[in-house]
Amino acid sequence: MKAGVVTFPGSNCDHDVYNVLSKIFSFDTDLIWHQKRHLNNYDLLVLPGGFSYGDYLRSGAIARFARIMDSVIDFALAGGLVLGICNGFQILLESNLLPGAMKVNDNLKFVCKNVSLEVNNNKTTFTNHYCENEIIEMPVAHGEGNYYIDKKGLNSLIDNNQIVLRYANQSENPNGSVENIAGISNNKGNILGLMPHPERCSEDIISPGRRDGYRLFSSIVANLKAGGEQIG
Amino acid sequence: MAENGWEKEGLTKEEYDKIVDLLKRKPTDTELGIFGVMWSEHCSYKNSKLVLKDLPTEGECVLQGPGENAGIVDIGDNQAISFKIESHNHPSAVEPFQGAATGIGGIIRDIFTMGARPIANLNSLRFGNLNNKRVQYLFKGVVAGISSYGNSIGIPTVGGEIYFDDVYEGNPLVNVMSVGLLDHADIATATARGAGNPVMVVGAATGRDGIKGASFASDELTEESDEDRPAVQVGDPFLEKLLLEASLELIKSGALIGIQDMGAAGLTSSSAEMASRGDSGIEIDIAKVPVREEDMTSYEIMLSESQERMLVVPKKGKENVVKDIFEKWGLHAEVIGKVTDDGMLRILNDGNKVAEISASLLADEAPEYTRETKKPEYLRTIKAVNREKIKSDNFSEDLLKLLSSPTIASKKWVYEQYDHMVMTNTVVGPGSDAAILRIEGKNKAIALTTDCNGKYCYLNPYRGGAIAVCEAARNIVCSGGRPLAITDGLNFGNPMDPEIYWQFKNSVQGIIEACQKLKTPVIGGNVSFYNESPKGAIDPTPIIGMVGLLDSISEQVTMDFKKEGDLIYLVGKNIDELGASQYLKLKIDKVDGIVPQLDLDLEKRVQKTVRSAVKEDVIKSAHDCSEGGLAVTLAESCFENGLGINVDIDEPISDEALLFGESQSRIVVSIAPDDLHKFEEITVSNSVPYMKIGTVQSREYKFNELINLDVGEMKSKWEAAIEVSL
Repeated sequence: MKAGVVTFPGSNCDHDVYNVLSKIFSFDTDLIWHQKRHLNNYDLLVLPGGFSYGDYLRSGAIARFARIMDSVIDFALAGGLVLGICNGFQILLESNLLPGAMKVNDNLKFVCKNVSLEVNNNKTTFTNHYCENEIIEMPVAHGEGNYYIDKKGLNSLIDNNQIVLRYANQSENPNGSVENIAGISNNKGNILGLMPHPERCSEDIISPGRRDGYRLFSSIVANLKAGGEQIG
Repeated sequence: MAENGWEKEGLTKEEYDKIVDLLKRKPTDTELGIFGVMWSEHCSYKNSKLVLKDLPTEGECVLQGPGENAGIVDIGDNQAISFKIESHNHPSAVEPFQGAATGIGGIIRDIFTMGARPIANLNSLRFGNLNNKRVQYLFKGVVAGISSYGNSIGIPTVGGEIYFDDVYEGNPLVNVMSVGLLDHADIATATARGAGNPVMVVGAATGRDGIKGASFASDELTEESDEDRPAVQVGDPFLEKLLLEASLELIKSGALIGIQDMGAAGLTSSSAEMASRGDSGIEIDIAKVPVREEDMTSYEIMLSESQERMLVVPKKGKENVVKDIFEKWGLHAEVIGKVTDDGMLRILNDGNKVAEISASLLADEAPEYTRETKKPEYLRTIKAVNREKIKSDNFSEDLLKLLSSPTIASKKWVYEQYDHMVMTNTVVGPGSDAAILRIEGKNKAIALTTDCNGKYCYLNPYRGGAIAVCEAARNIVCSGGRPLAITDGLNFGNPMDPEIYWQFKNSVQGIIEACQKLKTPVIGGNVSFYNESPKGAIDPTPIIGMVGLLDSISEQVTMDFKKEGDLIYLVGKNIDELGASQYLKLKIDKVDGIVPQLDLDLEKRVQKTVRSAVKEDVIKSAHDCSEGGLAVTLAESCFENGLGINVDIDEPISDEALLFGESQSRIVVSIAPDDLHKFEEITVSNSVPYMKIGTVQSREYKFNELINLDVGEMKSKWEAAIEVSL
């Protein structure tokens, strides 16, 4: 299994997810420099968290134009597995690989804490190690995680079962996102963007008793080992 | 130059005369400006050096003591930790957001120039009364600044402490401690050696921001300080992140001789200090420095404190290695001069000499002053508090009020704005006695804390200084660690005031004695004088940042009670004292009286006892008694798991002192009932006073017949207090 984690200038969770993929799940993992043009044959691409290019404009708005992104988009449109975490999710939105947009958190403050999530769709490549409607816990850490999509777009997300993760309820929603959305996939199911950080809760030592991020990666691994068939 | 040009540069007539004497001529404008910042308190420690030289700086674990950008301690396996604390008080007082942000930027650069990757930051903050609108503005601004810079650069903010007290109203304290991890082989130094080696400036271009910030930091704050806002720099965490990555890559490349952060006094201090450390000279042409503003004078370029810049001396012929690495990260790297062997700092402007001063004159020959000391008048009138005036008629209500006082209340509102998990090493984050970080790929971990109770230091500077060290060590021990070393952030008023200098001297003496006793050397630090506003000086606040080591991550301990039925013990003893307590602040709105006693031998035994018990794996929770006393300590241990206590203590001391007195050297631990004998054996063998005080139970907080409260109610008041006051 081969995975690539894109490093943009200002990415700061690239090593965290690299460590989880390579050390816990034995992916042959590359950090891919943003100025590269071509991708090797990856089974999984990750756009990590951080503040790409400082995020002084809208989060992800500059990263979308990074040299590597053309290849990332080609890879995604060809059905390759792409996971965007936090800033990575924002970049996927800016690249139109996922629908909707991200606004500043409704209380205007950065928030870093554990939140409860509901697995709204456990039939994706990324989530089939969770139970349906299972309540899990993951950390969030962002200033712009207030996901927005218009009514029509929202209906389409719902109809196609693209809302993968929701904050468990209104009081768990740390940013004011529409419908408590925490993570969505594309219609085809090969691209997942989420605000929570699964790489921060994949090891017992830093997340005792609730490695809920682990199962997101183990879902991917199981699917790849089963021959890369897309589920859902 | 005007007749009294020295005054503009913050120098005295005597210092000016000394300069003329040493140079054997009058200095040029640029030279005088250079002397002004290099001989400022901020850069030269001229008022503190003679007192600081007695600090113990050596120990088994010390790989680098004071004198470099930051100190380094050994943690085994050829790994080391570099750490240091630094203040950014004055900038934060006039521009809280940028002041705090650039404070972080500065200290991070100190860490990575040592070759270490910064892995954690802690913030020690002091503000005035949170009911004051201006204080709220400063508080929110500082927190937002830390959040913005620290989160963006991707270094977790894992701990620190915040006190609120009127004395900090006009002059808040923002001290940042940064901690980095490195391999012994990668230790870098800020030394310029080898005549002919190039001198390069890397990172951001130089602008007019922050000119003479070091001098600004070395003056009192006045009504007009707002006009100094241009002396506050503007931070760019994105650029710093690139600089961090590029610098660490450069250090690994082997092309490097020395590297130094351009912090206070920018190009001036970095070049003079690098040359002086290497017994070398440096010649630079400021026309070659990349600038971002037009028509900058040599004076401005030399004294700019534009952020996110470094001075680098690579081996001759390796200029392109430096350039390639920095270009990869989109940064400037320009050769601006060379190392020489004549010991002079020579500044050219397009080939024309504008300054020529001996580097060691600037870096090492600053005057050293033994300031006059006088025992402060107020100390003569301090006496024990009148117990009649502070009797409680409702202990439950008093406890709730203490829990919702901003100094004791949960700082969740603050630390939830900080990314405390990035880098995925945070085992125990903010809100605990000490933060714990695993060392990736190893079984060990480090524990980090900052501590200082300024009120104790005001009422008894010597004991206050010693207590700060002891409490820091106690916090490390409560987390399962072994205290290694400290960094001190010494915040005081104007050193020209003999009473202030007396406070300074005595606080440092206290630190020295405690450090010697606990064998925790000082490996670096920062002195910040002139912390005064028109309302007067701050309380003396010598903040202690400490690093401890856990040989095995399995030895980690947290402060929260784990299970109903567990036994609660107090290690140490309760003394009938209420002086300097937060309870007094509550009752008479004044922290007064006699600072809690400190017996360093007892302190050491208490810590040793808990450490032994940790090693024997009998401790389920440990929490040290500090502000708010035993009642607050017990409450804080209840919150995380929503458990209660049934505590019954029979002590021949007043109820107020038992509940809220802040006697030192006390640690509350909980153990499983099965471990009772094992635990008591350990305490007896260490001949330390201890008592079984009760058991962990569900939800109900019961302390003698004095307090009976629902833990849920207590917790919600404690958690909401800060947000409610804003």
